[in-house]
Amino acid sequence: MTPDALRYLIRHDTRYRYDQAVGESRQIVRLRPRELPRQHCIAHRLETDPAPRRSESYNDGFGNPVCSLHFEREHDVLFVRAESLVEIMPPPRALDESPPWETVRNKLAYCAGHPLDAAFLEAAGCLFESRYVRVKHDFAEYAHADFPPATPLLVGADRLMRRIHREFTYDPEATDISTPVTEVLASRRGVCQDFAHLMLSCLRSLGLAARYVSGYILTHPPAGKERLVGADATHAWVSVFCPGQGWVDFDPTNAQMPATEHVTLGWGRDFADISPLRGVILGSGGHKMEIAVTMVRETESHILYPETPVVTAFQAIPTVTFHSMGY
Amino acid sequence: MGGRRIAAMPTGLLHDYPFHASRYDEMFAARGEARPHWQAFVERLASFPEESLLQREKFVRDAIEADGVSYNIYNDPQGQRRPWELDMLPLIIDDAEWMNLSAAVAQRARLLNAILADLYGPQHLLAEGLLPPALVFGQPGFRWPARGLHPPGDIWLFSYAVDLARAPNGRWWAIADRTQGPSGAGYALQNRIIVSNAFPIAFRELHINRLASYFRSMQESFARFAPADREDEAPLTVLLTPGPYNETHFEHAFLARYLGFPLVEGQDLTVRDNTVFLKTLSGLRRVHAILRRLDDDYCDPLELRTDSTLGIPGLLGAIRAGRVLMANAIGSGVLESGALFGFLPAICQRLLGEPLAMPSVASWWCGEKPALEYVLDHLDALVIKPAFPSMRMNAVFGHLLHGESRQKMIERILAQPHAYVAQEWVRLAQAPVWRHKRLLPRSVGIRVFSCASSDGGYTVMPGALGRVAPRSGMEVISMQRGGLSKDTWIRAENPVRTSLLKRRLGVVDLVSGGVDIPSRVGENLFWLGRYTERVEIGARLLRAAMSRIASSEDAEQGLAGLLTALYRLGMFSDKPGARGEQGKTSHAATSGEVDEETRLERRLIAALADPGQPGSVAFNLRALAFSAGQVRERLSSDNWHALYALEQLLTAPVTGIDQALSAINHVMQSCITFAGFALDDMTRDAGWRFLILGRLIERLEGLAGLISVPAHADADKREQMLEWLLEAADSIVTYRARYRRMPELLPALHLIVFDPANPHAIRYQVNMLHDYLANAARELGHSHHSQMIDPLARQLEDFDLARFEDDDPSQALIALHALLAAAADAAQALSDEVHRRYFTHTANPTLLRRVA
Repeated sequence: MTPDALRYLIRHDTRYRYDQAVGESRQIVRLRPRELPRQHCIAHRLETDPAPRRSESYNDGFGNPVCSLHFEREHDVLFVRAESLVEIMPPPRALDESPPWETVRNKLAYCAGHPLDAAFLEAAGCLFESRYVRVKHDFAEYAHADFPPATPLLVGADRLMRRIHREFTYDPEATDISTPVTEVLASRRGVCQDFAHLMLSCLRSLGLAARYVSGYILTHPPAGKERLVGADATHAWVSVFCPGQGWVDFDPTNAQMPATEHVTLGWGRDFADISPLRGVILGSGGHKMEIAVTMVRETESHILYPETPVVTAFQAIPTVTFHSMGY
Repeated sequence: MGGRRIAAMPTGLLHDYPFHASRYDEMFAARGEARPHWQAFVERLASFPEESLLQREKFVRDAIEADGVSYNIYNDPQGQRRPWELDMLPLIIDDAEWMNLSAAVAQRARLLNAILADLYGPQHLLAEGLLPPALVFGQPGFRWPARGLHPPGDIWLFSYAVDLARAPNGRWWAIADRTQGPSGAGYALQNRIIVSNAFPIAFRELHINRLASYFRSMQESFARFAPADREDEAPLTVLLTPGPYNETHFEHAFLARYLGFPLVEGQDLTVRDNTVFLKTLSGLRRVHAILRRLDDDYCDPLELRTDSTLGIPGLLGAIRAGRVLMANAIGSGVLESGALFGFLPAICQRLLGEPLAMPSVASWWCGEKPALEYVLDHLDALVIKPAFPSMRMNAVFGHLLHGESRQKMIERILAQPHAYVAQEWVRLAQAPVWRHKRLLPRSVGIRVFSCASSDGGYTVMPGALGRVAPRSGMEVISMQRGGLSKDTWIRAENPVRTSLLKRRLGVVDLVSGGVDIPSRVGENLFWLGRYTERVEIGARLLRAAMSRIASSEDAEQGLAGLLTALYRLGMFSDKPGARGEQGKTSHAATSGEVDEETRLERRLIAALADPGQPGSVAFNLRALAFSAGQVRERLSSDNWHALYALEQLLTAPVTGIDQALSAINHVMQSCITFAGFALDDMTRDAGWRFLILGRLIERLEGLAGLISVPAHADADKREQMLEWLLEAADSIVTYRARYRRMPELLPALHLIVFDPANPHAIRYQVNMLHDYLANAARELGHSHHSQMIDPLARQLEDFDLARFEDDDPSQALIALHALLAAAADAAQALSDEVHRRYFTHTANPTLLRRVA
């Protein structure tokens, strides 16, 4: 372990309760933290109840690890638990060293016959409209204040992130996943997902490449209180393509550049590409869903594993396993 | 182009044709001067007397109607099933010209296939700057989940069609590529069948190339490329349709039948262990290949569009595992953009190492700065189109844009330049169509079809769908906007051998009915049977009630029990109580006799004609039509006409009893016609068996319900009810012929409960059900459901009718009650069992949404 690195334990529980028994269900799960230059997933396991009849792991079009599960036994509750031990290293900081944003925009614009290197080709995938991200004059106009001529790209992105944080109110009641990003811009309210989609819309409307990142963030319990199990949530932020530096993360919900307290699951153009769980059931009844996420420092492992030292808890566990938990 | 002048033209047909020298005319090189490859046809045309041409025109119109050829138009006031429009005159293309054209189409297919393989694979074209990322990643048709897939044989584009137009200089240009699920080949075939019969001698003598070989080659390619586990496994290909409401559903059904592929909807397929299966009446059958007419976004709600109820969850997993051939591959729609045209010549050199043979219409993608400037400077000479088909924007002619609308368009383009492409405004070639006893010029183009051949290249259909603008002077050809079509003839050098679609069948190919019948089809046929019977019995009962009111003589007495019976059949929503039958006199003082009668009349009419009232005849007719619509491809065209007539019934308002009675008579006649077709016309396969099962079960349930009304009535009212009961059970004629007197309990019950020879008796239904269930179970490999029907059969057998001779028949009546209750229960239980056993998995997938 490198001296600066930090280790986290994450437990992500999802429980679906169905009104009527479900005979068949398929789930696409994106709960395994992706391998990155400064993020390493030391151990990971996925448990479900009931056990799937079939499971497959592969990488999606963006290179994110995916697990596809097929359940054929009749069940009225589906429980999915993902646990990961992750190591994070702090990123270098060099906002001012980034090129002027117009240079980046111009280099991303198509010019017949000019080849694209692998980095630019990857960036081109996150340059246009997608399911939840719009490219519109309104967004460019909103963003322009933070991108005066010749502003270094990352300085502009940092300002935009802080302004979104300042001008928008965190309000879980105001939106749901179907709320269009144009409405978020108008109402100035939303949750992390909305702010990420908003910031992406702004950046792409300027002609910049930016992608949606799904993951976890370490929360800090109020002073003097114990950390509660299951009190955390999944999180979302954005990553901006910067030639020379690669992709640089910005978290508009918290007005901070993710350093060592964000764990990345994966990315896509927007939420639609990288929802942590996505499923189809055969059946006609409704369902309820409960999610409980806990993210702790390795040193606090007793919160999640009161009985066992974490080293033991994760020792000798294959990377992906299934257990029928039969609770 | 030297054409020969045609001397004799009795009709003046050719000379009156308004030829325009400024346009390319397919038929004429100059006024009255046919092009050489048309000469032989034009000579014949000129020699026909007018009546003969009118007869041929009528033949074409009648054939379209008889075959039920249709094209559904969205938002059309005529609604569903607009008849297909076909001009009787073919479009003839010179064979030498065709040779070049078809080679160019085959090359374009290879090119587009190679582009797809690159875009979903290594993406060299993007890296080398040969294709703008906006046209790939900015295009909603690009499917990220398809990245890294490896289709069998590396064929992404299994079938491909291209719309061609001819410029004034006579050259053909590609104006649109169809790469997702090209439609029209079936219509081309249907056009050919009709037009070749309208001009049979000309067709034969001119040696026109047949189309069948193309479809045979398509079947061979499916057989060649479909992944199979064993060498000797005969691959099953299905045609996947979005359903009967799709614009080209007729074609899906027609092609499926012609190619011998089961026509399926998403719900007919299921994925287990990365293998696709068809749910059939006899269980699950492995599907090896899917000819897809469902847009790829709707194909798998798990990985693609989440709100799709038309797709097959897990399908992408099966494709990823290489277990099924998808024609065309998921993601192939990304190439349906005119914005690509300008990039194709260089890409063709890069990927195929050869020059692009067919030019595309000159086009400028506004995403490139110089192109954008050109477009804004030359707007009048251009047509503006969306770069992405998902934008659902119609083509806009620059010269028609003025003032504010012009400014708006320019702003739209400047705001998102990469979303627009401008094309040169092509003055389309003209061809004559037969209208109002004349030849009139219309803009024409053709759609040419190709499909992957088993040797790795592409086969081009030696014919095309001729596409004709609906009005003179119109430059846009679109079937959605009321276009007309033409058969397209390509002459061969030598006489053409009549080819059959398939090789001769051997014993191994013999199919016993039912093997591939999707469960959904069985279920709809079952309900079709149930609703037909439900409509009939309801109509007969209403007729009995209304005719008694109409005759007004002793109406009250005649109606005894009838209203209860209507309630039992679910045609009255509330039980006739105080206000209906018994309480009538007590209420008369306050509400008035007339009002009460009018009220009853209204209720009866509503039970007949109000489609919004569940259980009414009109409601059941709609349900019937819906079930029929789901299995349309299984009904012969005559059958379909009988159904269409049924659907049209009760659409006009019914205001009085007289009108209602006449409407009922129409309903009865149509039902009888339909039943006749069903009995005589349909193949006795397993599907047909479910139609009959539905009818029998419904009749059993209906009879049990009706007979229980007099069975439970007071003794003094009972005998009065027997007449309408016999009418409703369609047995009154038999009764009168047998007994020649007023109905009495014992003979009436014998006739409609116990007589095994009366098709409207309970006994008859039970015997038939026994046989049909046994046959269905045997055919479909299930065990027999004898325990569900045999006890009822025994009960009928053992019933002692002599007990009704007693002075007090109450013991006999108690036994009868039990029998009727058992019959009703058996009907319900059988219906449930049939569903469970043969049609399971019909529940639609529900999507779990995560709200984070």
